[in-house]
Amino acid sequence: MLKYLIEKEFKQILRNPILPRLILVFPLMALLILPLAANYEIKNINLCVVDNDQSPYSRKLVEKIRSSGYFVITKTAKTYDKGLEAIEYDDADVVTEIPKNFEKELIREGKGKVLISANAVNGMKGGLSSSYLSSIVTDFAGEVRSEWIEAGMGGGVPVIEVMPLNRFNQNLDYHSYMVPAIMVMLLTMICGFLPALNIVGEKEAGTIEQINVTPIRKFTFIISKLIPYWIIGIIVLTIGFGVAAVGYNLLPAGSFGTIYVFAAVYVLAVSGFGLLVSNYSETLQQALFVIFFFVIIFILISGLYTPIKSMPEWAQTLTVINPLRYFIEMMRSVYLKGSGLFDLQKQMIALLIFAGLFNVLAVVSYRKRQ
Amino acid sequence: MKQFLAFVRKEIYHIMRDVRTIMILLGIPVIQIILFGFAISTEVRNAEIAIYDPSNDAATRRIAEQIETSSYFNIVKYISSPKEIDQLFKKGEVSIVLVFADRFREKMLHTGKGEIQIIADASDPNNATSLTNYLRGIIGVYQQELMKEQKVPYQITSEVKLLYNPQMKGAYNFVPGVLGMILMLICAMMTSIAIVREKEMGTMEVLLVSPMKPLLIIIAKAVPYFLLSCINLTTVLLLSVFVLDVPVAGSLFWLITVSLVFIFVSLSLGLLVSTITESQMIAMLISGMVFMLPVVLLSGMMFPVENMPDFLQWISLAIPARWYIAAVKDIMIKGLGFEGIVKELVILSGMIVFLLAVSLKKFKSRLE
Repeated sequence: MLKYLIEKEFKQILRNPILPRLILVFPLMALLILPLAANYEIKNINLCVVDNDQSPYSRKLVEKIRSSGYFVITKTAKTYDKGLEAIEYDDADVVTEIPKNFEKELIREGKGKVLISANAVNGMKGGLSSSYLSSIVTDFAGEVRSEWIEAGMGGGVPVIEVMPLNRFNQNLDYHSYMVPAIMVMLLTMICGFLPALNIVGEKEAGTIEQINVTPIRKFTFIISKLIPYWIIGIIVLTIGFGVAAVGYNLLPAGSFGTIYVFAAVYVLAVSGFGLLVSNYSETLQQALFVIFFFVIIFILISGLYTPIKSMPEWAQTLTVINPLRYFIEMMRSVYLKGSGLFDLQKQMIALLIFAGLFNVLAVVSYRKRQ
Repeated sequence: MKQFLAFVRKEIYHIMRDVRTIMILLGIPVIQIILFGFAISTEVRNAEIAIYDPSNDAATRRIAEQIETSSYFNIVKYISSPKEIDQLFKKGEVSIVLVFADRFREKMLHTGKGEIQIIADASDPNNATSLTNYLRGIIGVYQQELMKEQKVPYQITSEVKLLYNPQMKGAYNFVPGVLGMILMLICAMMTSIAIVREKEMGTMEVLLVSPMKPLLIIIAKAVPYFLLSCINLTTVLLLSVFVLDVPVAGSLFWLITVSLVFIFVSLSLGLLVSTITESQMIAMLISGMVFMLPVVLLSGMMFPVENMPDFLQWISLAIPARWYIAAVKDIMIKGLGFEGIVKELVILSGMIVFLLAVSLKKFKSRLE
């Protein structure tokens, strides 16, 4: 019985004018384009310099900023107000002002001051760019100081030297952070939305009646709906692996096997959730908006864009009931850190619970009677 | 006119009777504003840190104490060997590790140089950068304590000012984005699906044989969604002013004007989709993939447009939400007036004319 039902599902999917193309082309396009758009790598920040001092030291500082690679000096202004105007018209993201007598005061009093104003409408960008700039200024002061110490004027102050090391992603490449997460998003969208539209689609078309008058059991019916999406999910994931490897030169540090095992459970969980939504919906429109509503919330509080640790307590608690969270954690750990099944037991258990719960509910909520 | 109003009433009944959808349409902006406003943040707080401290002397204890008391970090573990670090990262138990050199204080006092290594889990690159910077800051404070006795020359302090948004709230960036997304969702997606649904169910035929002009039927369909958008616009603005403390720095009048213009752009988009598609599924996919996704990704709501490669920036020029979001940011946050949004208003109006012209042309040919 199950065999024929699955055959029917596949025929339905394959004969749909858009679905097969969507399943193959959408992941490809999304993975090629999205990581280019979803880029929070803070580089090439537009900087406006107001150098009121025009001294050797101030010029040296400007040169240091320029050569850091983070900033592009797009403008030099005469006054600070003119610099602020540049920010207002988006000609610059950051203005830095070196005050008059900067060099004189630095030599005479040993103290200097630099003003940094960043456009923080985008808080993350503003924060990161101003902290880059002030750390460049601090480094500059350190250089001046060590020149001075080398010249034999040092006072014997012990210096703490800090050596930062970025483990797993030395060049802080943003793509290797985003690409695995986008695969998760794709899997969630395709294996969440399509099942949600499936049963309700049959309701709207009236074909569900034909199923309801057969002796097919509820359990068999739901399984027959699940298995195609399970296979589709694996296909989508495999396409994702391919694009990541070819397009971004990104191979998991861990094993593909771990990801497939997790994906097999995860797809069951999201598809089960989709079917559950479908069971409760009367129209396609309704199903679409309900699933859209949940997927948006799932994605926002999954840690995909911002770290879960940065969320307030209540939001962190909410992430516990978000299957996406566990899958994203797994994906990033396996891709970048090379974690194995053993390291990820917690995530596995959570996903197994979700898969079980959603599918049991999907079977129970499917009614053959009207 | 009376006929027209009757049609509008029919449409309103249609929408009101689907309680679930209407709840979601009214609920989405509220939930999104709350999540974006409060939950989505990159602020560093209680980041888990492990410390490897083989020397365990006065200096290292003092630094650890300062880390513990700062609100940024939470020391979860003192490890006994650097070999444990990778395992901790792999399990995701800590995000950063501080490694002191052995005999830290002794070396520091004798050679004048103390060594500390910071190892960050850079699988999240920006988080790793922020954490490293904060940790360096804390170590810097300790360094200053050391220097207190002696007058240290050549110190340059940078005075940082974060313009418009000193607390680095995500809300300033997201409120305009959420507005753009919701209006697009309701006007373009809902309208197109609603019209195509009538086609699919066959009820469109019934409407078309009524004495109403076909064009008015379509307009009547758009009216309730227009009203719904106005409600959502009001909710989002009220929530952002009173709950998120994002003020409307510029003129409210121009904010509403530009929003209405954007609503009309979205409605015309919805109209266009409904005239060229025959099934709800396709209408959904077109509005989802062609409208919603670009709004979220290319409009500057989530990710800065200037970081994108040129071809994506060009594409983003054609996205109405990009211009709308820019205008809303100018008015709400930068406090600019009419002169700041002239360009955006002209472009959005141009889009309305173009979209309406195209869809009217298509619409007529369909009826023949």
